[in-house]
Amino acid sequence: MANIGSVNDTDFRSSVLESDTPVLVDFWAEWCVPCHMVSPVVEEIAQEMGETLKVAKLNIDDNPDATRTYGVMSIPSLILFKGGKEVARVVGAKPKDAILRDVQPHLAG
Amino acid sequence: MTEMRSVIVIGSGPAGFTAALYAARANLAPLVLKGLEAGGQLMLTTDVENYPGFADGILGPELMEQMEKQSERFGAQILPVHVTRVDLSSRPFGVWAGDQEWRTETLIISTGASAKWLGIPGEEKLRGRGVSACATCDGFFFRDRELVVVGGGDTAMEEATFLTKFASKVTIVHRRDEFRASPIMVDRALANPKIEVIWDTVVEEILGDDAVAGVRLRNIKKDEGHELRTDGVFIAIGHTPNTALFEGQLQLQDGYAVVQEPRTFTSVEGVFAAGDVTDTIYRQAVTAAGQGCKAAIDAERFLEHQAHTP
Repeated sequence: MANIGSVNDTDFRSSVLESDTPVLVDFWAEWCVPCHMVSPVVEEIAQEMGETLKVAKLNIDDNPDATRTYGVMSIPSLILFKGGKEVARVVGAKPKDAILRDVQPHLAG
Repeated sequence: MTEMRSVIVIGSGPAGFTAALYAARANLAPLVLKGLEAGGQLMLTTDVENYPGFADGILGPELMEQMEKQSERFGAQILPVHVTRVDLSSRPFGVWAGDQEWRTETLIISTGASAKWLGIPGEEKLRGRGVSACATCDGFFFRDRELVVVGGGDTAMEEATFLTKFASKVTIVHRRDEFRASPIMVDRALANPKIEVIWDTVVEEILGDDAVAGVRLRNIKKDEGHELRTDGVFIAIGHTPNTALFEGQLQLQDGYAVVQEPRTFTSVEGVFAAGDVTDTIYRQAVTAAGQGCKAAIDAERFLEHQAHTP
């Protein structure tokens, strides 16, 4: 199941950084209108990418540590983590193909 | 399966929803394709004080929600899809959102405009890491920090004033020696103790590796450069019309869709344009709404004429 739900400051290391599969983290907030546009697109991507990608949401209001650590200063920000490191970042609401363009090159197969 | 429509509206700001409202009430069952920036530019603002009918003002997103509901009430069909391609070479026109395809007798283009960027070194790299074009979106991240706002129009005044809710200091950098913004907005900004202005100055580079650290400025009158330490840069220099979809298919001028004033006819028969995508002069929510109404009426009359012409 590619969509692993929410992650937070506490489980960020184990769920994201230590994951064997690349993880696309959707940094969002309730008050962020463009975030609500992007999240369904991320869902679709999760379904399409199957086993090669995991996706997770991180609420920036509740999780300031991860937000600060990765220098997220604008939302939505989608950050792709592979092998514990950031390898791609998409800032702002973008259509699916634009997101995939930046994300796909890093995925297996 | 390709669906056939009488009216498709591309865009969901005041122009799009007003066009949809009028088209719906004319029994044309319009389809609104909302786009990625659904709701238009008013979604990126807080209090709207100059849209008539709201003595105490209204929040931008609330106004757009009302417009959407109103058009739906009369039969507009609204889809949260992003148009990726159009074919205006012949009627019925083709409209695609990814794999979904529609054919339509008339098209109303109300795709609006998006924030312009400066196109200077560091801007692209640091977008989302301190560089932004939307104060309401990203101001939250700069509590007690220092910020720079670039621009001299109403957007810059509004962004700067809004940002003082979070920032300890906001410096507006403007390339001329006076603002083009409306007097009331200028007064409000200049009266704000947290706001300072640097005149006759341009930003040449945004500095920083993983986050914004400062800006390199140049006073163009004195031809003197200096650096200013800052935590964030908000670009508010104007907007560019969203017409990439129509390049080569519609007559454009400086990117704006050309219409035959006072109508909303574009260079293609059956295609109408309304709002910031075509308006180079006024660019207000109420003028966009007014033009959206015109576009719907123009489309309705066009369809009637087509029906009565052998």
